[in-house]
Amino acid sequence: MKLRANLVIGGSLFALAILVGLLAPWLAHTDPVMDANLMNAEEPPSWTWWFGTDAQGRDIYSRVLYGARVSLTVGIVSQLINSVIGVALGLSAGYFGGWWDDVVNALTNLMLAIPSLIFALAIMAVLGPGLTSLLIALGLTNWSFTCRLARASALSLRSQGYVQAATVLGYGDARIMITQLLPNMLGPIVVIGTLGMGSAVLSEAALSFLGLGVRPPFPSWGSMLSEAREQITTAPWLSIFPGLAIFLTVLGLNLLGDGLRDILDPQSRSRRT
Amino acid sequence: MTGSPLLEVEDLRIDLDDGSRRVAAAEGVSFRIDRGETFGLVGESGCGKSITALALIGLLRPPLSIGGGVIRFEGQEIQHLSAAGQRQLRGNRIAMIFQEPMTALNPVSPVGRQIAEMFVLHKGKSWREANQLAVEALASVRVPAPERRVKDYPHQLSGGMRQRVMIAIALACGPDLLIADEPTTALDVTVQAEIIELMRNLCAERGTAILMISHDLGLVANVCRRVAVMYAGRIVEERGSADIFRAPSHPYTQGLVDSLPRLGSRAAHGRSRLKEIAGVVPAITRFPDGCRFNPRCAQATDICRTTAPPMEELEAGGFVRCHHHA
Repeated sequence: MKLRANLVIGGSLFALAILVGLLAPWLAHTDPVMDANLMNAEEPPSWTWWFGTDAQGRDIYSRVLYGARVSLTVGIVSQLINSVIGVALGLSAGYFGGWWDDVVNALTNLMLAIPSLIFALAIMAVLGPGLTSLLIALGLTNWSFTCRLARASALSLRSQGYVQAATVLGYGDARIMITQLLPNMLGPIVVIGTLGMGSAVLSEAALSFLGLGVRPPFPSWGSMLSEAREQITTAPWLSIFPGLAIFLTVLGLNLLGDGLRDILDPQSRSRRT
Repeated sequence: MTGSPLLEVEDLRIDLDDGSRRVAAAEGVSFRIDRGETFGLVGESGCGKSITALALIGLLRPPLSIGGGVIRFEGQEIQHLSAAGQRQLRGNRIAMIFQEPMTALNPVSPVGRQIAEMFVLHKGKSWREANQLAVEALASVRVPAPERRVKDYPHQLSGGMRQRVMIAIALACGPDLLIADEPTTALDVTVQAEIIELMRNLCAERGTAILMISHDLGLVANVCRRVAVMYAGRIVEERGSADIFRAPSHPYTQGLVDSLPRLGSRAAHGRSRLKEIAGVVPAITRFPDGCRFNPRCAQATDICRTTAPPMEELEAGGFVRCHHHA
């Protein structure tokens, strides 16, 4: 059996990020919020402060660990909402066609025309800052690519022999969509989904930067980055480590998506066994 | 059943609507199939045989639609049945298998699951029961080691195996009518014979009637008790399959029979060329007046160019649509 490097590396990185988030209270050296000490402000990385300290003397290592919780929750949950909305709309639009397709297309074009971050901002402005509103705002604004993909897949799959065979065999519309179309388009949807998780992590950073995400002093990778912006020349470790965390998580998600696509394709599965 | 046929098609007309006008892609199509009977529909590509089958199961989609006529299944008119009502029939009472076993199975689902789905869908079985029945169904189409094969994906099976799976799916619910649209065209000749034999035996065992659609007159006459020949949207001859070979009446049928290669006949000695029918099938929008075969017919006279011939009875159950029938 051939070892799938992308799946293994991507899965490990993503699993590591999740583990770090879950085990943060046990892995962290200090409390990410309370243990500020101005005597230790802006220490560079050392054996005591692995990732250095920030201007308030808080341990960056501990803050990065806790930050994983916010970033991953936002990344996973908001992308799940996006995927569900996108697949439901795109799949039904591609399958049924007609006026419903026109409506969904118009909606998708609208979503693509408005920068999603601006749209998310507007939603946040109504709902107020906080984790829940962040999830809702990002979950409602990034489904258009998934929707496009699902619609295109449904359109091409609809004319496949087995979909027509299913109609002939008396399958209802819902059953055809769930058993015939959905499993056959899952590969690319998963790939887009993992990419979307990465970009949701970045969007969270942007919104936190604007003061609409998770409020300081509680850490998220995005807010840490934005706080570090002013000290990037004097204390680069403030931005390097949260940035690295984002980078590795997004990289892991992309590799994972790649690997999953290979697995979800039954033809490549049998080549392996 | 007492006398009443399983399927009765009367004067069926199928319209092709290209936005500006309507033309009949098939018209005056009438035939009946009794319970457990095997009936063949033969014709060239584009003669209307496949759309007739689609009309039977209510799956004509725009630009095609039923323009008139009656389709009765067990005495009940089904051409205007609701979508839900038609779905009840499809797969359950009327099943269909296709030309392309390569693409007619869902590539991401194990074949056992695809068979089992039929029992869940139409018979209300639990998945546990259905999976058990799927193994039996696979065994009945003589797939070796069915309990292992149910876990296979379609791409792991050969073309012949896939067509067996298709037959298992189609016959899962014990339908009264099996429509087979070119069921073996995509297969090797040796596999073809096996599949046809299997299909015929299973249907005979269960009393399932077969409507077989093919361009291969030889194959259809072999399998079916009665054969209808379609040309340019009309049935031109309907006969017992022995009669159609012995004494084809319509010039088109004569042409088809003559164009079949025969072992040990003149052609085998290299003396004479295989006969062919001159000309091509007219396009749907340019069907000629009168008898639609007249431009290709050696026996055509003036009446053939002006008046469409009616269906005439030759013998009991034998009909032909020709002014000059033999």
